Amino acid sequence: MTDAIQKPEKKKSSLLQLDARTRTRNAAETRFKAYGMIAIAFGLLMLSILVFNIVTRGAGAYQQTFVALEVELLAGKLDKKGNRDLDDIKKVSTFGYTPLLSNALEAKVIELGIETDLKAKKMVGILSKSAAAQVRDYVLNNPNKIGETIGFEFLASSRVDGYLKGRVNRDSIGNDKNISPAQLDLVDALKAEGSLAKRFNMSFITGSDASDARPEAAGMGTSMIGSFFMMLVVLVLALPIGVAASIYLEEFAPKNWITDIIEVNISNLAAVPSIVFGILGLAVFINYMHLPNSAPLVGGLVLTLMTLPTIIISTRASLKAVPPSIRDAALGVGASKMQSVFHHVLPLAAPGILTGTIIGLAQALGETAPLLLIGMVGFIASNPPDSIATGLLSPNSAMPAQIYEWAKRADPAFYERAWGGIIILLVFLVTMNTIAVILRRRFERRW
Amino acid sequence: MSTTSLLVIAILILATLGYFLASKRAISTAGGDRRKLHSLPVYYGSNAAMFTAIPALGVLLIWLLAQPMLVERNILSTIPDKLIPEGSSIGLVMSDVRRVADGLEVVVNTGTLSQNETLKLDTEQTDIRALLAGVGAAVGSDVQPEVLEAAQNYRAQTKMGQLWMVLIIVPLALIGFALSVLAAKPTFRARNTVERGILALLVLAASLAILTTIGIVFSMLFESINFFKLHPWTDFFFGGSWAPNFRGDSDLSILPLLWGTIYISIIALIVAVPVGLFAAIYLSEYASPRVRAFAKPLLEILAGIPTIVYGLFALLTVGPALVRVFGRGEEGLLGLEWMSGATAVLTAGLVMGIMLIPFVSSLSDDIINAVPQSLRDGSLGLGATPSETIRQVVLPAALPGIVGAVLLAASRAIGETMIVVLGAGAIAKFSANPLEAMTTITTRIVSQLTGDTDFASPETLVAFALGLTLFVLTLGLNVIALYIVRKYREQYD
Repeated sequence: MTDAIQKPEKKKSSLLQLDARTRTRNAAETRFKAYGMIAIAFGLLMLSILVFNIVTRGAGAYQQTFVALEVELLAGKLDKKGNRDLDDIKKVSTFGYTPLLSNALEAKVIELGIETDLKAKKMVGILSKSAAAQVRDYVLNNPNKIGETIGFEFLASSRVDGYLKGRVNRDSIGNDKNISPAQLDLVDALKAEGSLAKRFNMSFITGSDASDARPEAAGMGTSMIGSFFMMLVVLVLALPIGVAASIYLEEFAPKNWITDIIEVNISNLAAVPSIVFGILGLAVFINYMHLPNSAPLVGGLVLTLMTLPTIIISTRASLKAVPPSIRDAALGVGASKMQSVFHHVLPLAAPGILTGTIIGLAQALGETAPLLLIGMVGFIASNPPDSIATGLLSPNSAMPAQIYEWAKRADPAFYERAWGGIIILLVFLVTMNTIAVILRRRFERRW
Repeated sequence: MSTTSLLVIAILILATLGYFLASKRAISTAGGDRRKLHSLPVYYGSNAAMFTAIPALGVLLIWLLAQPMLVERNILSTIPDKLIPEGSSIGLVMSDVRRVADGLEVVVNTGTLSQNETLKLDTEQTDIRALLAGVGAAVGSDVQPEVLEAAQNYRAQTKMGQLWMVLIIVPLALIGFALSVLAAKPTFRARNTVERGILALLVLAASLAILTTIGIVFSMLFESINFFKLHPWTDFFFGGSWAPNFRGDSDLSILPLLWGTIYISIIALIVAVPVGLFAAIYLSEYASPRVRAFAKPLLEILAGIPTIVYGLFALLTVGPALVRVFGRGEEGLLGLEWMSGATAVLTAGLVMGIMLIPFVSSLSDDIINAVPQSLRDGSLGLGATPSETIRQVVLPAALPGIVGAVLLAASRAIGETMIVVLGAGAIAKFSANPLEAMTTITTRIVSQLTGDTDFASPETLVAFALGLTLFVLTLGLNVIALYIVRKYREQYD
């Protein structure tokens, strides 16, 4: 029993001084809090890196290098018979126009006194391959100008454009057949003189996609129209069907196993991978119903099925938010159940439904995977549709599919286009979401 | 204008007519006194429009869906086997037949030949291909006599079908029109009938969700069955390699793809779960309202960015950055040569993780907020620090919900397509090295189904079997997750 006699050592503690255990506990507290801050900082850092990347890499697509040239439309080449007959002029292909361009460049070089040992044919290499077609289109529209000298602004080739933007330099073009250091010397000289310059490029926003050889001419316009028609289909189908389904489920459906199955189905459909909807579209709309491949109509149908659960879920939430007293009051003055829903509940839920629809549309606008399967990639969407029917049925691309298409092409000049396209896509999404937020703030009623 | 659109327009005109006639008749039978009517005149009108248009349009829709299938089945049985070239399929011959038939239709419509002349066409005497090319209908090869005959049959049967369609649908619309207009009397309870009709439409809209699911399952199931007829199922589920070869005799096993999918998803979850969870804890337990109002929407922007943007981010930014760190030998940051290309498991996994952060954080945020405040107060009152409260009280209480959230995130990761298509690469293999390119189920679905596809070869059909597996996998995860989340929510309600 010796232990009992020993006096326990008196523990010195003070309220003012933290003991070791409290200190470790407080340190753990600080660490824990720091982990949370680090997590948030990491998320925000990634967001800012992403946005920074998009802006810095995509901004280039909105500027393009143009070359101003005076081209003499030689009558001897373009209209050999001299009778200004449009059919004869049409027989001259774009190849026939290339000499005009080389003459114009040569004249420019001589006028400016630039020393270069490039042949005239090689000089044309600094221009886009679409330059000859541009002159031809002009001549076909204005045949009376043949024989005159007209000032044109041509797109420079993508390599020259990349050189001005710093993507291409003299070291990197060692094995490049499309550009040579001598051509870059010419570019430098023209730039110093001012006839070759970068400026805002509207045709990136309004223009069509271009072939692999002409990244400088590719634009988003046509695919924007494709996206527009798809969204039209989604809006026309998904909004009424979604609202009808939600009204049934929220207001009329009896509580039984069929209703349960429908509800479980909707919440599961919301989580089905988008590519599965693409497989559905391919199997049902294209292989079975023989709707045209790559058509915005098919894309719209697939996206409708995808967006429906989103719209149904948000519509049901806003129907639920309308207080039962409104329904009771309507029923009390003699309205039928249907009348109380359509005359009173639905108008009060409309802002919420609209908000949900816009958010659903924004989601559908950015969706890519199902569009790959129904064939909205792998071709050059070059012709803007001329009517609603062709807009719905003729092959077209869509904004995200166009971006994917550019990302898949080998030429780095297309990457810049892809980032630029993303800027347009995000502008649309931000606008739609802002409208949704404003609608919600403005019209949301708290009961 | 086609027969169908004319028919639709006629039905709609008839319905409008019915609307006005019925509401007029209702008022006039009531002697001009609206108070004697059971329902408002609008309902009598709507009733007539409904009975005229909806049965007719419904039958029209079913007819349009069923007729091509029936005609095709008839034609298929007449096509002799010898017509099917080596390496081709009955489906390709059938699409030739369809193209020739459509072309002949155009020939008649443009007036190049009259209806009777097209019926007498003979492959011996006329070059059908040139004839069709003349009106802008391209046929791949020269038209064989059997194909022409089948096409003629196809046209004849389609014409016949259309005739019957008109003969059935027009009387249907007229009967509906006549009955509903005649029924417009004061004693008729028009509102009740119309409301029943509207309710039926609402039910139809709600059941579209079920139809979509059935469509998904069956469209993939049928093609998967076709695939398993051509390819042994043992190889698909238990084989060890993925090597599609469009000349036939391919190895099509899901296992390497499944490994790639799971590996990338695990990396994504390793990034997303801790970051998302800590972000949610900080936002719900520590952050001041101002920080919360600012950080939460910003984080959620990450969820609203389309996946194609993340795909591009992986391919062009994260991938090259990783190569700069782990690759390029002496020129690289670490002087290593472990990574050769931008596409790799780590690239796709990291980016996918970033995408999933807001998904995990907002779900966990909801769940942590659902833990009753009394639990926290009790723990804090006993002297625990906030972090001890979170770790020992809040998190254990929220654990089932958080597990559900992680499962939902995993199902998202498994089904994600664009990030892996652009960032993960195309090589199917079993490897534990995260710096190598690997491929996933979704990537292979895209590559097997884009471009020129032949729906008779196992190399194309395998995509449907892959899709079905993916669907079952994600559905299973979702069902479990939703069950856990729902059960957990009930606990504290």
